[in-house]
Amino acid sequence: MTVAEGAEPISLSEEEYARSSPWLDSWRLFRRNKASVVALIVLAIIFAIAITAKFWTHVGLLDARTGAEARHTINPANLPAQDPYPDPGICARDGQDRNPDWCGWIGEDALVLVQELQCYRPEPDPTQRQWCYLLGGDSSGKDWMTQTVYGAQVSLAVGVVGATMSLIIGLIYGVISGYYGGRVDMVMMRIIDFLYGFPTLVMIILLQVFFTEVAREYQDAGRKGLVGFLLNLNKEMGGLLFLFIALGALAWIGMARQARGLVLSYREKEFVEAARAVGATDRRIIFVHLLPNVLGPLIVLETLAIPGYIFTEAFLSFIGLGVQPGTPSWGAMISEVRTRGGFFSNRHILLVPSVALVITTLAFNFLGDGLRDALDPRMRGT
Amino acid sequence: MNNMPKTRTQATGPTSRMDGKRILLEVKNLKKHFPIKSGILFQHEVAAVKAVDGVTFHIYEGETLGLVGESGCGKSTTGRTILQLYRPTAGSVKFEGVELTELKGSALRRMRRKMQMVFQDPYASLNPRMSVGRIVAEPLVVHNIGTKKEREERVAELLELVGLNPYFVRRYPHEFSGGQRQRIGLARALALNPKFIVADEPISALDVSIQAQVVNLMQELQENLGLTYLFIAHDLSMVRHLCDRVAVMYLGKLVEVAESEELYTNPLHPYTQALLSAVPVPDPVVEETRQRIILKGDVPSPINPPVGCNFNTRCPVSVDVCFSQEPELIEVLPEHWVACHRVI
Ligand SMILES: Nc1ncnc2c1ncn2[C@@H]1O[C@H](COP(=O)(O)OP(=O)(O)OP(=O)(O)O)[C@@H](O)[C@H]1O
Ligand SMILES: [Mg+2]
Repeated sequence: MTVAEGAEPISLSEEEYARSSPWLDSWRLFRRNKASVVALIVLAIIFAIAITAKFWTHVGLLDARTGAEARHTINPANLPAQDPYPDPGICARDGQDRNPDWCGWIGEDALVLVQELQCYRPEPDPTQRQWCYLLGGDSSGKDWMTQTVYGAQVSLAVGVVGATMSLIIGLIYGVISGYYGGRVDMVMMRIIDFLYGFPTLVMIILLQVFFTEVAREYQDAGRKGLVGFLLNLNKEMGGLLFLFIALGALAWIGMARQARGLVLSYREKEFVEAARAVGATDRRIIFVHLLPNVLGPLIVLETLAIPGYIFTEAFLSFIGLGVQPGTPSWGAMISEVRTRGGFFSNRHILLVPSVALVITTLAFNFLGDGLRDALDPRMRGT
Repeated sequence: MNNMPKTRTQATGPTSRMDGKRILLEVKNLKKHFPIKSGILFQHEVAAVKAVDGVTFHIYEGETLGLVGESGCGKSTTGRTILQLYRPTAGSVKFEGVELTELKGSALRRMRRKMQMVFQDPYASLNPRMSVGRIVAEPLVVHNIGTKKEREERVAELLELVGLNPYFVRRYPHEFSGGQRQRIGLARALALNPKFIVADEPISALDVSIQAQVVNLMQELQENLGLTYLFIAHDLSMVRHLCDRVAVMYLGKLVEVAESEELYTNPLHPYTQALLSAVPVPDPVVEETRQRIILKGDVPSPINPPVGCNFNTRCPVSVDVCFSQEPELIEVLPEHWVACHRVI
């Protein structure tokens, strides 16, 4: 048994070779990019926090949705006995410099609320005080920590669902268009060109306005049926359902173009021709030969598109067209500054959700960069 | 489930190949025109690339026919159209007497087991996301042949056949050199035990040192398995010792077909002569006197080929008739066909 050329790159152990595959190689490449690995860890932590958001609520003591709700859900009997009760006048309404540090962190109304709930000891240990409002609160008594944690759920859901939906729709659309070509391709691409002409954000805003209108009309008419069911579901989801639909309805357009381009480039590759020469069916060619090659670059593109989805949600919630009032969302939290003020005095109101937003989107960007090095064969070796 | 094909070894050597002279493949007036479309919403055909424009030849069982011509003259298109990877615009392709151009669906799929293709680019011809084992087994999977275990055995056998270690099955294409990849491509082509293989410039992309290895392997396989090749190449030097007969192509048409030695020693068409004049000769004395015939001008566009003989724009010996009448491919000597007004 002779092997003709000895020039093959044997640098891995035999055992490693047995396990070698493009996906494993990708993982090896990914690991080399330190920033991306850190981003992956950061995202894992954010995901973990979002999933366990419920437990963070107890830390914050106040329910995330409305400060008022907390009044009913928290049993004062479980709280450490406070004696004496804190002096409500401890944070003066004027003259910031006389106040303890934490005064600026807690909105004035909230302070009253907090005192009612006896959730901090007044003297003399400041760390204990802040335990209630680790990241401060807003003037209606919402705990910013809890809001942020629940807001992570919304942002991540929007990012993941937006990416998944646009990937699936875009992939199906792009593969059909690119693989079958000809007239089908022509018509499908003209539709995309047409849709591409619209500014996405304006379209999403209009869609959201439309959904809100429909919801109002249905509520007025008290009707049931599928629309009623969807409206209810949307309410249950805090307005996320319609947000997903609006995002999904538009985000796939760019992805479909990319998918088509990739399919076109692979369709003419000789290994596809070889499969055809062997007698492989269209289905086999699409699923065995095209999809595995097209998927990598598309996943990269989707990962890099996630920050866009997250920002869109935050923006919509900021202007009041995103999640429903009461659903914690980083965009809605930021808008608190707009409606209640506190740009200078209560900096945490702006800072906390903004930092969360920036960290999350940056992490997705770095992750996408790493994935590009690892998954996009066109980038291999560069 | 179908039965596993057995690699049949054939006792007859290369010398006995030509004796029977049974025709395996017959191509008649084959045409492949690629439409050029225009229009934004309603596309209509404005012109056509006449990539293959009336080609007639046959291939004997067990022989190697070389198909030679400059880049873009339609060699690959000819090969692909024969295998029905492109559906011909016109003409007929008969394989073992069966008209391929009329076959569809499962009937065509059954015929595909008998004819396979080896590709030029060793990097593009193997799916980077499939292991070598899956690549070589694909023809068996597509035709639902054998159990998983039988397929594995067959893959190992095939890898050995092309000179690769069967241990490689779990590796991926990027771990192999160009020559090894071509061997993998050969193993895939052989999986269904075909009779006929179109080899589309299988060695052009390889280092010179490796070219010979692959050519030798192909010859060895031909002798052992009784294969018939259509071997596409872009210059004559490469095919000389490999091919029994050679067909020279120019701008979608055949200009000359002859047995290898005959073509090299007695080229009749001015285009063949020009091509041959560019081939270095090993004999230093002959090489000294070798006159290169430099053709004037460029190859005309296959969209608008010249009227009459399509070589007339570059032909050093053209006369009036060449500009009005298309020459036919005529057998001027036994087994020596030429399409030229000046030869008869
Ligand atoms: N799918 C296609 N669509 C349109 N035109 C094509 C297509 N395939 C080939 N052609 C055109 O047909 C002509 C012949 O191409 P072909 O690939 O058969 O040439 P070739 O002789 O194999 O060249 P090479 O030596 O470069 O491989 C070229 O002009 C090419 O541009
Ligand atoms: Mg070619």
